[in-house]
Amino acid sequence: MMHAVWLIPALPLTGFLILLATGRRMGDPKAGYVATAMMVGAFVVAVGVFFDLMGLHGEERRFQQDLFSWISVGGLDVHVGFLVDPLSVTMALFVTGVGALIHLYSVGYMHGDERYPTFFVYLNLFAFSMLMLVLSDSFLLTFLGWEGVGACSYFLISFWFERPSAATAGKKAFVTNRVGDFGFMLAMFLIFATFGSLNYVPVLEGAHELTHVTATAIALLLFVGAVGKSAQLPLYVWLPDAMEGPTPVSALIHAATMVTAGVFLMVRVNPILNLAPGALTLIATIGALTAFFAATIACAQNDIKKVLAYSTVSQLGYMFLAVGSGAYVAAIFHMVTHAFFKALLFLGAGSVIHGMHDEQDMKYMGALRKWMPITSGTFIVGWLAIAGVPPFSGFWSKDDILLAAFEKNKALWFIGLLTALMTAYYMSRQVFLVFYGGERWKKPEAAEAHGEDVAHDAHGAHGDFKPHESPPTMAFPLVVLAGLAAVGGILKSPLERWLEPVLAHPHEFASSSSTKLGLIVVTTVGALSGIGLAYSIWLRNRVRAETVEPEVLRHAWYVDALYQKIVEAPGRALANFSAFVVDAKVIDGTVNGVGALVRAGGTRLRTVQSGFVRNYALAVAVGAVAILAYAVARSA
Amino acid sequence: MSVPGAWYLGLAAMLFGIGAIGLLIRRNVLIMFMCVELMLNAVNLTFVTFARMLNDIGGQVVVFFVLVVAAAEVVVGLAIIVSIFRRRADATADDISLLKG
Amino acid sequence: MSGSLPILTLLVLVPVLGAGVVALMPRDNERLLKLVGVTFAGVSLALAVALMFDYRATGTGFQFVSDHVWIRSFGISWKLGVDGISLFLIGLTGVLFPLVIVGPAVHKDVKGYVAWMLLLEAGCMGVFMSLDLFLFFLFWELVLIPMYFLIGGWGYDRRIYATLKFFLYTMVGSALMLVGILTVVFLHQRATGHLTFDVVTLANEQSLASSTARWLFLAFAASFAIKVPIFPVHTWLPDAHTEAPTGGSVILAGIMLKLGTYGFLRFGLYLFPQAAVDMAPLFLTLGTIGIIYGAVVAIMQKDLKRLVAYSSVAHLGFIVVGTFGLSQQGLEGGVLQMVNHGLSTGALFFLVGMIYERRHTRLIAELGGIQRVAPVFAGVFMLVMLSSIGLPGLNGFVGEFLVLIGTFVTHRWWAVVATAGVILAALYLLWAYQRVFHGPVSGENATFSEMTMRERAIMAPLVALIVLLGVYPKPVLDRIAPSVRELIAHVQEHSDYRQPAVAAGAAER
Repeated sequence: MMHAVWLIPALPLTGFLILLATGRRMGDPKAGYVATAMMVGAFVVAVGVFFDLMGLHGEERRFQQDLFSWISVGGLDVHVGFLVDPLSVTMALFVTGVGALIHLYSVGYMHGDERYPTFFVYLNLFAFSMLMLVLSDSFLLTFLGWEGVGACSYFLISFWFERPSAATAGKKAFVTNRVGDFGFMLAMFLIFATFGSLNYVPVLEGAHELTHVTATAIALLLFVGAVGKSAQLPLYVWLPDAMEGPTPVSALIHAATMVTAGVFLMVRVNPILNLAPGALTLIATIGALTAFFAATIACAQNDIKKVLAYSTVSQLGYMFLAVGSGAYVAAIFHMVTHAFFKALLFLGAGSVIHGMHDEQDMKYMGALRKWMPITSGTFIVGWLAIAGVPPFSGFWSKDDILLAAFEKNKALWFIGLLTALMTAYYMSRQVFLVFYGGERWKKPEAAEAHGEDVAHDAHGAHGDFKPHESPPTMAFPLVVLAGLAAVGGILKSPLERWLEPVLAHPHEFASSSSTKLGLIVVTTVGALSGIGLAYSIWLRNRVRAETVEPEVLRHAWYVDALYQKIVEAPGRALANFSAFVVDAKVIDGTVNGVGALVRAGGTRLRTVQSGFVRNYALAVAVGAVAILAYAVARSA
Repeated sequence: MSVPGAWYLGLAAMLFGIGAIGLLIRRNVLIMFMCVELMLNAVNLTFVTFARMLNDIGGQVVVFFVLVVAAAEVVVGLAIIVSIFRRRADATADDISLLKG
Repeated sequence: MSGSLPILTLLVLVPVLGAGVVALMPRDNERLLKLVGVTFAGVSLALAVALMFDYRATGTGFQFVSDHVWIRSFGISWKLGVDGISLFLIGLTGVLFPLVIVGPAVHKDVKGYVAWMLLLEAGCMGVFMSLDLFLFFLFWELVLIPMYFLIGGWGYDRRIYATLKFFLYTMVGSALMLVGILTVVFLHQRATGHLTFDVVTLANEQSLASSTARWLFLAFAASFAIKVPIFPVHTWLPDAHTEAPTGGSVILAGIMLKLGTYGFLRFGLYLFPQAAVDMAPLFLTLGTIGIIYGAVVAIMQKDLKRLVAYSSVAHLGFIVVGTFGLSQQGLEGGVLQMVNHGLSTGALFFLVGMIYERRHTRLIAELGGIQRVAPVFAGVFMLVMLSSIGLPGLNGFVGEFLVLIGTFVTHRWWAVVATAGVILAALYLLWAYQRVFHGPVSGENATFSEMTMRERAIMAPLVALIVLLGVYPKPVLDRIAPSVRELIAHVQEHSDYRQPAVAAGAAER
């Protein structure tokens, strides 16, 4: 089975090609099932590869497959090949697994969309790219996947491209990611200049020879790439906007898989990171700050998907906090559990939006528990998981991260703890607003007010309808994911043993068990108090909503406006200046100036050509005399 | 007794001068044309003189070339002049300034 | 094989013959004229393909050389030859010309159009194959004339201004190069006693004093730089590209700009190695400026064609950087990038031409929402655009990446700045795409028709090559490699430059 690893990305690629050629003829829903079948196939192969790998002993758990030479020039030799080791298999498993579920969900969710087959074309292409990213055996091939998922993300965010906001969001995602890719590319150049290779195995095995400076430079440059892809400060701005895409896309790309690529990359190069403690501290700090910062924004968002988007940014921050603290397993563990519960939450949100006829504003929802039992039940599981309530999966993974942060730096730990509290708060707020309380969508004045202040949502809900539960193709993935989100915590210790071979230095928690227990208690109390706070505000209405939703948070700290001011506006001015002043006036002006000069000279000189023969004759005579005089003078 | 070579040269120079000045000051195209001929023949005279003085037949050979060219020039030139006079009766050289820049 | 058929001479003569035949045909049967034209261009393509297959991948030096004395007293000969550097440019020329002859709609005087195109093909082929400086100059100038008439005759509103500017600007460079060529040859005669225009002899004997070589290099470089064009002598290009007819733009961007970059490789580095090494920082800087500057200026363009034209300035900057980075990767990437740029920018110009045919405008502001009414058209445009942006898996990435990684090893900081260009490329192209294809569809754009079968047939070979070269560039790279290795060895032999071992690879260590 191990030799079939190439099938894992090849199956979605086949699906992509089939659908590209015949998708429109297959139509709705056949195209969706074909795409889903490819993903299920890939998942089955991934499981097979996983068991094969399990059959080997710890250090031998590595298998390389080389397909063909891709770019081979001078000292650079990059092949299309796969590196199968515990890390890549873990990634492949959850990408194909969660991916298959979300494909299935999309069959129902996208039903009736006029570009239904196209959606699955993109989705399969995305899966292919993502699998190339995680399975590749070289930085360059990972970069192929890295850019591929970026492009697919662009396609899918702007899937409903008739909406200008969707088109803009897609472009923003691509360009912001490119800023990160700049770092990734430079990192590859530096790696090549240092090692003479871009393949993971020689680079990572030779990493211990790196000087401190080079290791730090490589680590930071790769981190720049990760910051772009995984939406960390200061490049996170594209992710909230990416919610313009269809909800399954948000779940698959912008929660479960693509955005975790940065974390994957960091874990992949852990031998290099270990040599750069300064870089690790920076990563941890950025991670913690992002987690906190995004969580504050999530507390005041009204769009059901925006809350989840900022929550994703925040949770990704946790993962980087773990990476920066050296707890790579904790990062991967949280990545996996996060994939479960965040995909679940997004799909649940999609189900709600679907059931509410494209309403996204939580202020116009409420009491949906009665109307959508499966959605609400599974959503609540996801909520408890992300809030860190024991024994749900999020509790275990978050706890590991906070413990690692505690050992790294108390301040970072404290930020992480505050974030945990806020996470519990804003998720509870969401659950209470959507599934509990009164049926606010019923009130006619709500619909009216809605028409005014949320004008962007043209086909939003309008009073007289009943929310409905979603079809089985959508409900089934919810149930499976809910199960995984509930019990995902049991993966904790298997994952630690499993991932050990890919780590240069296994991370040991130094704290005594009493400290650990204390931290668990503190974290859990924090989470529960967050829930309690939300309960008193949003269900008991102890505080007026406006006071806990300050303008500044609603507008996400005005970061977009700030970027607009300090990046976009000057950039635009510079481009205008270059195009219409420097280029048109200065450079082209000089060129045309030379032409004009010649022309002016000609205009002056033409008067010499008087048209009188005598003048010419005189000129000839004078010229002849002058030449003769010169000759005589010379000979004399 | 023979006339000294310098006299011939002097005569040639005078003829050339008369031709050149005529060309510059006269406006009648026909007269100007004759002045050009005068200059050409002055040069011819010089060539012949030098051929005699230096005992080099080359000078006389050049004269033949000049005569041939002059003959050709007269043909073309006269043709142009005749066609000018056909268009306008009283043209002077100054009136024909189509190539004025 | 090379002995039996003078394939290179045929590659030049077939289009010339075609131009002659077309010129003698009656001008009213347009279909027949195009058919005859494309037949001759197709024969050239077949010859070019045969050439690529017969080319010995591991061979060094020039292959298929045909060398006939032409003007003995001046040491001028009809000497043609190919190596890995020129091979694929010839292939590119062979691919693009049949497409521009049948592809775009020609609204007047098909006969003249086809005949000039064929003559232009002969000129381009000749430039890429000449191994004699005199012959090279002859072809170099020959290329100008058909393009002058194509822009002037079949172009848009400001075509006269554009074509005059193009012609005069290029002539300035050519004049300097002519002086350079003659000086090289006569100085070589003075030093060695024999008069020859043969490039290989001149390059190997290296008879010039270093300061003289530097001046001569600059004389050649002036001509090449204008042709490429390198910042700041680029302003003829947006005008010429914009005003040229679709076919003219395709050839201009696809092939004629490569004459300059090819010139740098074949004549700059080869004839004046030390001077090129000394001047490398200057040209690296100009190339890097071109990458950033071209992209920044492209962002704000209102005319789609002008935007693509400025993107060419940026892309050609990469090739210049790769050339003067003087690394195995950079040079190979540069050569590959010449082909890539020919394919992707050529395809972009075809597509913009199709848009113009439908909407009679090139202004971005007047377009919008086209993806809704013409999804296949939008899809093809997207793919070509992503190739231009440099998305891995498509051809543009391979060249760009090789240029950057090679240059990073030899000239680190230039590469760092140049890499920033990849961000900007995404910015201006995606923004343009968004404005043209995304958003609600309205007005005349609603009647924008989907790609016809004929248009699909024109785009198909380009799209196929774009994908193929992105996924499996190995056959191409393998053939470029020996020639580039040889060129670098030549430069090292005649200068103080040494390529770092990392770039050269284990074989050279």
